[in-house]
Amino acid sequence: MEQIIFIILSLAAIISALVVIFSNNPVYSVLSLVITFFSIAGHFVLLNAQFLAIVNVIVYAGAIMVLFLFVIMLLNLNKSSEPSAPLIMKVASSVAGGLLFITLLGALRQSEASAGLSGGNIGSVESLGRTLFTNFLFPFEVSSVLFLSAMIGAVMLGKKNLKDS
Amino acid sequence: MEIMWIEKILLVVIVFAISLGTAAYSTLAERKVSAFLQDRIGPNRAGIFGILQPIADGVKLFFKEEIIPANADRFLFVLGPSLFMITALMTSAVIPWGKPLDLGGRMFDLQVTDINIGVLYVFAVVSIGVYGIMIGGWASNNKYSLMGALRASSQMISYELAMGLSIIALIMMSGSMSLKEIVAQQSGELYGISFLKGMNWNIFYQPLGFLIFIVCAFAECNRTPFDLPECEAELVGGYHTEYSSMKLGLYLFAEYVNMFVSSAMMASLYFGGYNVPFLEMLNLPYNVEVFVGVLAFFTKIIFFIFFFMWIRWTIPRFRYDQLMKLGWKVLIPLAILNILLTGFGMILTK
Repeated sequence: MEQIIFIILSLAAIISALVVIFSNNPVYSVLSLVITFFSIAGHFVLLNAQFLAIVNVIVYAGAIMVLFLFVIMLLNLNKSSEPSAPLIMKVASSVAGGLLFITLLGALRQSEASAGLSGGNIGSVESLGRTLFTNFLFPFEVSSVLFLSAMIGAVMLGKKNLKDS
Repeated sequence: MEIMWIEKILLVVIVFAISLGTAAYSTLAERKVSAFLQDRIGPNRAGIFGILQPIADGVKLFFKEEIIPANADRFLFVLGPSLFMITALMTSAVIPWGKPLDLGGRMFDLQVTDINIGVLYVFAVVSIGVYGIMIGGWASNNKYSLMGALRASSQMISYELAMGLSIIALIMMSGSMSLKEIVAQQSGELYGISFLKGMNWNIFYQPLGFLIFIVCAFAECNRTPFDLPECEAELVGGYHTEYSSMKLGLYLFAEYVNMFVSSAMMASLYFGGYNVPFLEMLNLPYNVEVFVGVLAFFTKIIFFIFFFMWIRWTIPRFRYDQLMKLGWKVLIPLAILNILLTGFGMILTK
């Protein structure tokens, strides 16, 4: 049963990820990226990490992709207005993407499937919170400061003239 | 095992029917309430007191001509209203409608599913609800629709933050994200006074949090004074300008379903859900007690639906910049203050 769900989710994730790249219409790209996030959230549920799954849906599908869609609709990007990239850019991006793929493949080939990931409540809110605030307190706090500085930086960049305020 | 499946399916069908039924009669109630507030009579032609009006409206919408604009994206144009309706109905899965019924030793849970992150589930569904509006508004290929869709999305993102922050304070107190658990915790004694039994409602501990929550709920449901996405004075009909027939009906109807679900959320998070004050003193049989609890829950829901309508016909619409200012500069700082106050309160009372 779990195997079948896994295969369906994986297929959905891969197909929708391919649609993101190959679709001519940016709105369809964004919507299929949302489907990709949903299938990944489904994988998290299969691994018994409900919190991660639901946060993935809230943050990525619910907030970030809405912003993406917002910007694309606001700029009114259409099939005709999309500039076609020069050849050198296509080649360079293919090489870069291929290298990333090989690196990931090499890294994953060495690793073993971690046992005991499914089962237990490793992904529940309680155990996740406890882990974050005990074992990983310092990295957690540092990353929050990083986010804060990124936010302030974005606000500063967004201002047209700093002397105005 | 199989009996459990049948029970769950039965419960899903009942909840579905109740959600749609309440939404249908909310449309009549809206017109009656507006008539009452404006000193008119309201619809009274279809049946006694206009009781058949929702059916007449539904039949009318089904028989209207269906138009898809020539330059619209046909697939997304149909997907938009369907998605909006589906997400509106999905939230009701985690709401506890009452204590488990005792069917001769078998406990029949009056909640479709109790997941341990119920509150977050509701947030996830609400946050994807805006896609229905955005897709529909963009696919219509009309500038008014697009403006409505853009307003809806920016409004949703702004108010979701404050709503989430107001809920954090409540979760800090309850220590659980399961709605069943949160409602069950509110059955105790208020402030430890043994006389006030069944009154341990969160509203008495989180008044500021509730205020923020209800304002955000109005914005999330696109109700006046925050109905900028369909603002008919500026945008013709907003995101559903190009829609006709039952596709328009789905948009309008889903708004009432949303209202019903968010009223249920308010009642269960802050107003004790199915808990009735002083009910235990009457020593009623258990199942009767459950039944009274469910009735009380629906009374609370209906009160909040009435409150939604009351506000709609009393307060004029915000301007768009005022709406954004209220969301970002007032509600979010207030919600953070509320979290701090709750934290201090918890330390002091411990």
